[in-house]
Amino acid sequence: MALAAVIRSSRATTMMELEIELKKASDKLKVDSPDDFTCSAAPSFPVAVSWDATSISLSAACDLFMRFVTRTSHLEHEKFDAAKSRLIERGEKFGEISLKARKTIAMLSQDFIHDGCTILVHGYSRVVLEVLKLAASNRKLFRVLCTEGRPDRTGLRMSNELAALGIPVKVLIDSAVAYSMDEVDMVFVGADGVVESGGIINMMGTYQIALVAHSMNKPVYVAAESYKFARLYPLDQKDMTPAHRPIDFGVPVPTGVEVETSARDYTPPQYLTLLLTDLGVLTPSVVSDELIQLYL
Amino acid sequence: MDIRRAPPSRAASGGVEPRFRQVGFVTAAEPARGPVAPAAASPTASDGLSPVMIPPPLIPVPAPAPASESLMPSSPPPASSYLLEVISDLDDYADDDDIDVSWARPPPPALPEPNKRDLTQTKNEHGPTSVAQKPKLSKAERRAIQESQRAAKAAAKEAGLKPTAMASDASTKISKQPKTAKTSLKKDVNQVNPPVASDKKTGERPPDKDRKKDIPQSRMQFDDAHRVVKAKKRSVVSQSEARNRVELFRHLPQYAHGTQLPDLESKFLQPDLMHPSVYKVGLQYLSGDISGGNARCIAMLLAFREAINDYSMPAEKILNRDLTAKISSYVSFLIECRPLSISMGNSIRFLKNRITKLPLALSESEAKVSLQSDIDRFINEKIIVADKVIVSHAVTKIRDDDVLLTFGSASVVEMIFDHAHELGKKFRVVVVDSRPNHEGQRLLRRLVAKGISCTYTHINAVSYIMHEVTRVFLGASSVLSNGTVYSRVGTALVAMVAHAFGVPVLVCCEAYKFHERVQLDSICFNELGDPDAISRVPRDESLSHLKNWAENENLHLLNLRYDITPSDYVSMLITDYGMLPPTSVPVIVIGSTDMDHLIIVVGFKFLPARIAVLTVHRTGHGTRAHMCTYAKSKAVYQQLMFSVFYSPSENSIFGIRRMADW
Repeated sequence: MALAAVIRSSRATTMMELEIELKKASDKLKVDSPDDFTCSAAPSFPVAVSWDATSISLSAACDLFMRFVTRTSHLEHEKFDAAKSRLIERGEKFGEISLKARKTIAMLSQDFIHDGCTILVHGYSRVVLEVLKLAASNRKLFRVLCTEGRPDRTGLRMSNELAALGIPVKVLIDSAVAYSMDEVDMVFVGADGVVESGGIINMMGTYQIALVAHSMNKPVYVAAESYKFARLYPLDQKDMTPAHRPIDFGVPVPTGVEVETSARDYTPPQYLTLLLTDLGVLTPSVVSDELIQLYL
Repeated sequence: MDIRRAPPSRAASGGVEPRFRQVGFVTAAEPARGPVAPAAASPTASDGLSPVMIPPPLIPVPAPAPASESLMPSSPPPASSYLLEVISDLDDYADDDDIDVSWARPPPPALPEPNKRDLTQTKNEHGPTSVAQKPKLSKAERRAIQESQRAAKAAAKEAGLKPTAMASDASTKISKQPKTAKTSLKKDVNQVNPPVASDKKTGERPPDKDRKKDIPQSRMQFDDAHRVVKAKKRSVVSQSEARNRVELFRHLPQYAHGTQLPDLESKFLQPDLMHPSVYKVGLQYLSGDISGGNARCIAMLLAFREAINDYSMPAEKILNRDLTAKISSYVSFLIECRPLSISMGNSIRFLKNRITKLPLALSESEAKVSLQSDIDRFINEKIIVADKVIVSHAVTKIRDDDVLLTFGSASVVEMIFDHAHELGKKFRVVVVDSRPNHEGQRLLRRLVAKGISCTYTHINAVSYIMHEVTRVFLGASSVLSNGTVYSRVGTALVAMVAHAFGVPVLVCCEAYKFHERVQLDSICFNELGDPDAISRVPRDESLSHLKNWAENENLHLLNLRYDITPSDYVSMLITDYGMLPPTSVPVIVIGSTDMDHLIIVVGFKFLPARIAVLTVHRTGHGTRAHMCTYAKSKAVYQQLMFSVFYSPSENSIFGIRRMADW
């Protein structure tokens, strides 16, 4: 973990200095583009490398790391070096927790996938992939409908991986979601960030899918690790820091025509059924409770 | 059928019955009911009276006058107590008839009513018949029990209680309108016949007496004449009873406000009655000079601070208890001036808590200093700094070119607008206002003075302008545990219209105003304002059609002060704990319980063998702890999880839920 490495290499002699250094490092992490970051980070740090939409999870993870590591108040009385090694320990523990998170989530979701079900997934999410992998290895029979996930075409990547696991996959264009929603039993999505209201910020198109699923009474399950819980509270789609991604239409866009290039959207909590996290299976309203308890 | 259409009596009757209401004077039917009354048991009797009878007017009715009056002392009617059960179960208050400060308790009403009627007679006559008028067929069975019990009591109590009961009945126009009637008749709020047979309730008292004992009665229900009488005896302020009360709200106190001020002013110079600063604050409440949750709370706390400063302990008393008693008496006085707001109630609870926690070893002056600093700290932390935090969160939600709407005048919202303006954000404000107080005008003046561009409109036009609004900022008097917002009447309307237009509603409320109560409608707990305020249209005398409303028996004016906004219409709560969804209020409420018991819990965890688990309950009077052994009761252990906020540690990420894993 980059931040754990920061602690290790820091030459601070008091807790306050250490905290400040940590804060600076995490701020830097948030600001830098993920590509730079992933080069320098230990490979174990769970960051999706393919797009910058994960910067929310990154900043959330950094915040949580800071809280987790510096929370121990009884450290004050110990000698600083001992405290420092404690912190490093906790830092690494945090990294382990994050890794294990995906496995826990996969385990919890097994109950939701029954034989003969049809699952709709959106784009490429490693957590969801883990879930489906585990289900396949448990010999469950199900099939997956995978959206294309333009503009990144991550859906194609996802379907590739799923096919490699021997799961029957069907790829849809994004507009075909409503058309196919009848035959779908449940929707599984990942999340870039889970916000305080219980909603999620995820790849563009998730909101649409959730709306369609909700109106057709299909459950929407979000698989997200707990470090993605962020202290954000968007009121509407535009209330987040914008993240843009250039869209390639194949033909040059005529002049004078604007293109909506936002890469992510916000799905309000009323359209989500359950959040599958390493803390357990939660309802959206619980996210805020967890955050309060953590930050109080 | 809506929720209120399923009153307790339904369960007894076992089904849905069509109810017929007969609106209007039911005098014609009166005689018919006479003979029916004694024949309690027959449901068919009620069939004969199929129209559901609203309390008939006060006409003399013969019969068990003593009986009905004798039942006065007993508990309020079953119907109302059901609702009370519901309400008080949810309350933490284990309050009783005593005027112990339950902030929620409205003051006792006034005197031998201004109104002419011979209530005593009426009551007597209505004794049995009123019971017969009970609209519910299902009450038939209950009536049978009541009759027998009443008969038993009649003889015993008659002599002793008749005089007092009569006086009290005469005095209170508050009829014990059964809550069931109220619930089923909720649509017809403005009832024809005002104060009616308190006797109506008397019949239902006996069966409920036992039930009442189990329920801690926290709030004074004004339908209950006996309690009203008791409370009135202890009152400092003499109130005159209002006329033409709306039936549905009979459980709330209503006063004729105008008469009190001169009376109170004359009493000002009697120092032994009340500390002058408390008196002053009370008068200010009464006249409406101070209004708004924060302002009232701060004024009250500062008055108490002065009172504590001037307090000198009598030699033989214990500081804690004496001071608590004194504060309680001040609070009852304030309640009489104007019912407490929830913020005031919470702060009184805090103060009493601090008083009881004073170490006995402290000298008087040290104790006083400590209490004063506690009060200062409370005001600073929970109100002033909290407001700053709220403002800092809220301004992040204001973008350039926003159109912000607000209703009435909330102090926090004004601060938010000021700060956003200072930060240089470009926005404009729409101030929505309503009669009778026109609170929005004050806000409007202040905002315009600061150079913020504003639009002003009345609440009738809110759906007209909502389409151009981007955010709605509302204040709150309190937020309840199920996320409903209890605030100035009209707020719910604005929130609902905003929701219909897809405009996010941000409610700004300090955390000390949160309450663990749950309320489903605006009726069971509210405050009634001065009905004259509605009848008067200022500055336009030609519109004074309602000048003589009091004389018209068919006319009732209702001036509600508060309403509740369901949590579905609230997008976000902005508190000093940050921005939360309305569903997270219980976590805050639990989390703000006294941390003292934390240590005890952790300590007990390590006891060997039979581990005692300490459960601490929040009640209206500080914390009351019961000990129970873990082995014995898992249920209590579960309770523990909810009443104790586990101290933060590395396990806190996994939340209170994990406490079960100990």
